[in-house]
Amino acid sequence: MHLLRAIQKGADGVYVVGCIEGTCHYNEGNFRARERVNHVRMLLEEIGMDAERVRMYNLSSGEGPTFAAYAKEMTENIRKLGPNPLKGTGRGQESH
Amino acid sequence: MIVAKRKPIQEIKEMLKGCKKVLNVGCGTCVAVCLAGGEKEVEVLNAQLEMARKLDGDPIELGAYTCERQCDREYLEALDEKVKEYEAVLSMACGAGVQFMAERYPDKPVFPAVDTTFIGVNQGVGWYEERCRSCSSCVLGLTGGVCPITMCAKGLFNGPCGGTNKGMCEVSKDQPCAWHMIYERLKKQGRLDCIMDLRPMPEWQNQVPRTVIQPGYEKPEKEAEKQKAQ
Repeated sequence: MHLLRAIQKGADGVYVVGCIEGTCHYNEGNFRARERVNHVRMLLEEIGMDAERVRMYNLSSGEGPTFAAYAKEMTENIRKLGPNPLKGTGRGQESH
Repeated sequence: MIVAKRKPIQEIKEMLKGCKKVLNVGCGTCVAVCLAGGEKEVEVLNAQLEMARKLDGDPIELGAYTCERQCDREYLEALDEKVKEYEAVLSMACGAGVQFMAERYPDKPVFPAVDTTFIGVNQGVGWYEERCRSCSSCVLGLTGGVCPITMCAKGLFNGPCGGTNKGMCEVSKDQPCAWHMIYERLKKQGRLDCIMDLRPMPEWQNQVPRTVIQPGYEKPEKEAEKQKAQ
């Protein structure tokens, strides 16, 4: 829901970073996270938005440079996609 | 539990065509547990719909409300005033909940947002399997707890068909033969004689909506009528 809400509010992209697969403290937590991310990608695709605006990455807590590299990659990815098409269509009524 | 699956967004969009203000109502019981139509799913659908309509240049105003159960009058009552503010209702409940809602607000279009799929069990998070077709004539006591109506592709009542093959069904190699399962289960329990206890077929013909009134809960109106007649 948070991922979808971010896009709904105009974010150009969102990425989720989880632990390396197989090393999650909650065993299958990061696999579940990936499933949820894929679901959000599917929901976006369904309404004609580019699924690439939402991505999932995996790394360990000691991999600062990799984290930075992923951030850079995501930024480039978003630049390529252009701004969120929901921006500039006027702020609609929010559900309550 | 009743298991449902959310309809594709295109189908929901089509139903809501022309509507500008819609109340999306979730149900907090079965469809919430099977992750199809509870509070979270209402929020997700509203977000998706709102974005889709904005992209189409035809914004929509969506309300969100999740009641405990849409199949119970006392919980629907809380919606009476709220529904008046909207031109249509989108219900994320099972088919029973949608119909009960439509019955309560006959002047308001009520649209289903989920496809009610089956009565089933939870095999894992988000993973459900059908186990019951609510046929009203349960024979599980004779079949070792395996339902021939639900688990057999043909719903055969009195033994397997010629398509049974090494424990699997002819319709798919991944589908076990229900009657093979029944045989194995009863054999294990030493109750193979049960398999010969043939039963009349369930009455599938000319079915009308069924009603159940549990003993001790006869409708008070009927009681009042009886008293009046005396």
